[in-house]
Amino acid sequence: MAFGWLFGRNKKKDEKAKKYQLGMKKTRTGFLGKLKAVLSGYSQITEDLFDDLTDVFIMADIGVETTLNFIDALREDERVEECESAEELQPIIVDKMFDLYLKGEIVNNNLNVQKDGLSVFLFVGVNGVGKTTTIAKIAYRLKNEGKKVLLAAGDTFRAGAVDQLEEWAKRVNVDIVIKKGATDPSSVIFDAVKRAKEGNYDVLLCDTAGRLQNKAGLMAELAKMNKVIEREIPGAPHETLLVIDATTGQNGLSQAEAFNEVTNVTGVILTKLDGTSKGGIVLAIRDKYNLPIKMVGLGEKLDDLEYFDLEDYIMGLFDEEEDE
Amino acid sequence: MPLETLSDKLQMSLRRLTGRGKLNEKDIDDAMREIRVALLEADVNYRIVKKFIAEIKEEALGERVMKSLTPGDQVVKIVYEHLVALMGEEAVPINLKPSGLSVVLMCGLQGSGKTTHTAKIANYLRKNNNLRPLLIAADVYRPAAINQLVQLGKQLDIEVFELGTIVKPQEIVRKGIAYAKDTSKNLVIIDTAGRLQIDEVLMQELVDIKDIAKPDEILLTIDAMTGQDAVNVASSFHEKLGVTGCLLTKLDSDTRGGAALSIRYMTQIPIKFIGVGEKLDQLEVFHPDRMAKRILGMGDVIGLIEKATANIDEDDAMKMAERLQKGIFTYNDFLDQIKMIKKMGSLKGILGMIPGLGSKLKGIDIDDKQFMYIEVAIGSMTKEERKNPDLIATSYSRKMRIAKGSGRPYQEINNLTKRFAEMKKQMLAFAGMSEEDMERAARRGGVPMKAPKAKKGKGKNKGGFRF
Repeated sequence: MAFGWLFGRNKKKDEKAKKYQLGMKKTRTGFLGKLKAVLSGYSQITEDLFDDLTDVFIMADIGVETTLNFIDALREDERVEECESAEELQPIIVDKMFDLYLKGEIVNNNLNVQKDGLSVFLFVGVNGVGKTTTIAKIAYRLKNEGKKVLLAAGDTFRAGAVDQLEEWAKRVNVDIVIKKGATDPSSVIFDAVKRAKEGNYDVLLCDTAGRLQNKAGLMAELAKMNKVIEREIPGAPHETLLVIDATTGQNGLSQAEAFNEVTNVTGVILTKLDGTSKGGIVLAIRDKYNLPIKMVGLGEKLDDLEYFDLEDYIMGLFDEEEDE
Repeated sequence: MPLETLSDKLQMSLRRLTGRGKLNEKDIDDAMREIRVALLEADVNYRIVKKFIAEIKEEALGERVMKSLTPGDQVVKIVYEHLVALMGEEAVPINLKPSGLSVVLMCGLQGSGKTTHTAKIANYLRKNNNLRPLLIAADVYRPAAINQLVQLGKQLDIEVFELGTIVKPQEIVRKGIAYAKDTSKNLVIIDTAGRLQIDEVLMQELVDIKDIAKPDEILLTIDAMTGQDAVNVASSFHEKLGVTGCLLTKLDSDTRGGAALSIRYMTQIPIKFIGVGEKLDQLEVFHPDRMAKRILGMGDVIGLIEKATANIDEDDAMKMAERLQKGIFTYNDFLDQIKMIKKMGSLKGILGMIPGLGSKLKGIDIDDKQFMYIEVAIGSMTKEERKNPDLIATSYSRKMRIAKGSGRPYQEINNLTKRFAEMKKQMLAFAGMSEEDMERAARRGGVPMKAPKAKKGKGKNKGGFRF
């Protein structure tokens, strides 16, 4: 299957896939082990089989509603009727998972960096998902692509958050705007936008404090930051990236909904995919809120961040390798 | 209107059971499906859900549900009781030495909230156990993690021991503990770097730290929003370290937090604390019962059921339900109902009690005193009138007499009869009767029954049943 073209990025594909697979290794084995075991445990296609398949999806955190709809659609799929054995279901399942994500569209997951002028990216998400680390990784990547990058230390709340981003800025060797003692993050963002414009930066990456999506006050604060950016630069922010931890369960849906409501989320970054969690909730997020996954975090190092590749992701989940 | 709570959903799927007194397999299967989805949506591990459902199904087929007039609530109650039992009935306290230096080791995945909770726990134990804490900053990997802990320590005025990021964590811990002894602290809390449970090097580091520090309590911090993988994470940490307690963080989010159940059930690690906010005093002891309610997404519904079952004679309630089923609702029934409600102490109580009434009564304006006036007015009715409300509804002179007898204005009595008629219609509808049944019942009028003594409602009226 050659779905790579859908993403328009074939450069260094092999190398990348390898790394991706390394990161996804545990993920893949777990999911596959179950799926294979389930399919091979049945000679015929029965209701029990569908129940067990449901469990496999649920186990990957793919979202209860999305899973139930998926299994219903699978049950009614014409191709399934023609299957003679349970194992023949596997390619159909894979195929339907591609459909689930793509929905017949060409999904663009490149970061929206403007050809001319300043691009502003806003990073949002709940506490502890890895926003600050992700910003460092993206700064590193963009800098290596020759962009002039500026960071805005917009997490004025968490102790040590500013220091953390500052430390990253040093390591990546990019500039950073810090407002010591500031309590209103919008003012930091305002300063950063101003400095980015005056200093002819290509990209401004705005860090924000982690906030739980059910905290109205904090969400209003985020809306304000967003407004400041919109007001200062027409068309900005060019990306509003919702960072989601791969261990997140069903709450990921609530996060996507709420953050999308106060900001215009343009994509998801799935972090910590090097762990054992499947991060399957992003498939439900795509299904329900139509948000593409743009990048995935695969480790703690600066270059442990890759563009999301659906083929790698899904094929990774179904890889034949067994090494548990 | 979407069905909000599991209770509502179950009420719906089990509604036709009411009064029929006989359960069939399909009703229960429908109910079990609802429970399954609810638990999965709460991120309870799918294996547990499976086992759990099998267990509950058996009990749900039992008499308690079958005889109940609110089978939905009864099933929820069974689910709830099982959940509480699974999570360990009572809160388990943190392990501390009775005297001398107690050591708490924090561990967990990245971003689960270890550093913040290192500070919170220290603050909590200083306040509640009167201990003198020292924090040890052993996260040398995440940029500014040490700085974060130092800042938190400053905010709380709690000393932080740190040796920068060059010294190995094992060494920092060794020296930190020695320092704690030297400075006569009696509590040490060690913050460690977040790590994946599959990272063997870093897991070994934790084992080393454990050997050095000999902690009384090894607290695993887990993000309450964690999905199905929570069990893997917890059991891996447990296997390598022998975790003694779990700290569930970010429970101030809108997650249902099924991870709590998964962890407790699969690993037996007790959940000891929950983090409920970013402020440093927002730490609470874990209560299994509250968590069970949360997982079910049912707020205080269960509380109402408990209250209801404690205060209401099931037989009385059943009798009333049966009468409703037959299309009978008289002033005597109304009076009985008011009495039941008053026993429960609040209007809310009745919501779960009357079959299907639930959400439909929400938002209807209700005034406390009305309650008393109604009782007084009914007290002024003749026995015949109470049994046959139509007698009053159509007669000006009867209403006038009741008004005089009760000392209430005519208008109020008139309203009462109108509202009573409306209410009767609603009650019968809720009780699952068809329009036709109702009309028939209306034509037939009330059937005589033993009239309860009508008490003049002059007593304290704490009830809040209002129309």
